[in-house]
Amino acid sequence: MIDTSKLKYTATHEWVSLSGKTATVGITDHAQKEISDVVFVELPKPGRVVKQKEAAMVIESVKAAFDIYAPVSGKIIKVNDKFKDSPELVNKSPYEEGWLYQIECSDLSELNSLLTEAQYQSTKRNAH
Amino acid sequence: MTLLQQMESLKKTPLYDRHAALGGKIVNFGGFALPVYYSGILAEHEWTRKSCSVFDVSHLGEVRVQGDRAFEFLQKRLTGDLQKLEDNKILYNVLCSEEGKALDDVLVCQATHTDFYVIVNASNIEKDFEEFRRYVPEGVKLTNPSAEIACLAVQGPKSEEILEKLFGFKLKDLRYYYFKEEKFKNEFVWVSRSGYTGEDGFEIFSSNVFSTALWDRLVNDGKVQGVLPAGLGARNTLRLEAGNVLYGNDMDETTTPLEAGLGWAVSFTKGDFLGRSALLKQKEEGLKRKLVGFKVLEKPIAREHYPIYSQGKKIGRVTSGSFGPTVGYNIGLGYVEKGFEVPGTPIEIEIHGRAVPAEIVRRPFITLKHKR
Repeated sequence: MIDTSKLKYTATHEWVSLSGKTATVGITDHAQKEISDVVFVELPKPGRVVKQKEAAMVIESVKAAFDIYAPVSGKIIKVNDKFKDSPELVNKSPYEEGWLYQIECSDLSELNSLLTEAQYQSTKRNAH
Repeated sequence: MTLLQQMESLKKTPLYDRHAALGGKIVNFGGFALPVYYSGILAEHEWTRKSCSVFDVSHLGEVRVQGDRAFEFLQKRLTGDLQKLEDNKILYNVLCSEEGKALDDVLVCQATHTDFYVIVNASNIEKDFEEFRRYVPEGVKLTNPSAEIACLAVQGPKSEEILEKLFGFKLKDLRYYYFKEEKFKNEFVWVSRSGYTGEDGFEIFSSNVFSTALWDRLVNDGKVQGVLPAGLGARNTLRLEAGNVLYGNDMDETTTPLEAGLGWAVSFTKGDFLGRSALLKQKEEGLKRKLVGFKVLEKPIAREHYPIYSQGKKIGRVTSGSFGPTVGYNIGLGYVEKGFEVPGTPIEIEIHGRAVPAEIVRRPFITLKHKR
């Protein structure tokens, strides 16, 4: 089991796990519940360079399409290839099997602008 | 207004507390706070196709039209030929402006030849009532009992059997688009064989007060028989697969019923009605665009407002689109220019900045299971 208290979060419901300069990105359990039944995941192309807060990809549920934002700037180096057959992994395992992509961070100081789990939980509450 | 204030200002059906207690995800639908789903859209969709679901559709409005001239009035105000009606029968109709544009799509229920209930869409209740009132002659009484009438849609292949068991209703001989009075716990309700999902099913009209007793029987006692509550999300994917239009999406005040493929609900032979000359002119000149069904040939979903192209030229727009859980691919409805409406015609739909291949197909997308 992943320890979600070690992750960094965005106010737009993405999580980040950093290892060296490589950040693994996914969406939170709260986000997958809001999105509900995921039927299609449109991943970014490996090699694409994204800026922090840029819409990097799209997750589609039966009810709507949701932009997923890049939590940090950098180059996409790897994407999760399991979604072609199993888009529901985003719902079933948002922190593990349902990770979305990995990014090579171009500016590690951006990590400081992200939220801790406690901060994320409290922004989430205020938004409701 | 904040989102919270907006949600609090929404109208509530008498079953609102039930939806909240069941964990329904509440959204704004036509000014009403209603559940989009309880467990999930896909699960509720599939359950409806194989068993039986109950939907709260109490947001639907009713305009009651009474009097000796009620028939004549409605015949002149709506598109369909109401001569087809008889007592306890229902007829699908369009309410048009003088220019032939669709103001709403409605169901006319004939209680007697001098007493009709017109079922209207939730977001159009006030508008439709005003549209009727503007033209109402002496001797026709119009009332709007929408806020006092609740409606539960019970849909799916097991609906007949389950309703008979739970309430003691006799439904075997009730034909499609007919209704009858039934009694439960000394209260009279109307049960119609109708619905929006493409399945066999019924709609139960009752007083607001009594709707909670019906709901509780269906949801609590009905569970072991195979009933589950379903939300508006599944109602939408079910109706889309059944090829049914949704007012506000597939038809609105910029489109005519002929363009929306509802020519079968327009009678040019019944005599004059509001919008007739504009519609007749359009029919004679030929339609410039038409509502069609399409199938997306790749994974992304084509949603409302996305542009439709043919070989790079814009030819229309999507009005409804979703993953079709029963068909297993992405489907939708949209308007295309004349010449592109034939099934098999290849089109492209712009989805997230990319031209995705799609194809015009016949609708409905599934085989309808209505009992005749």
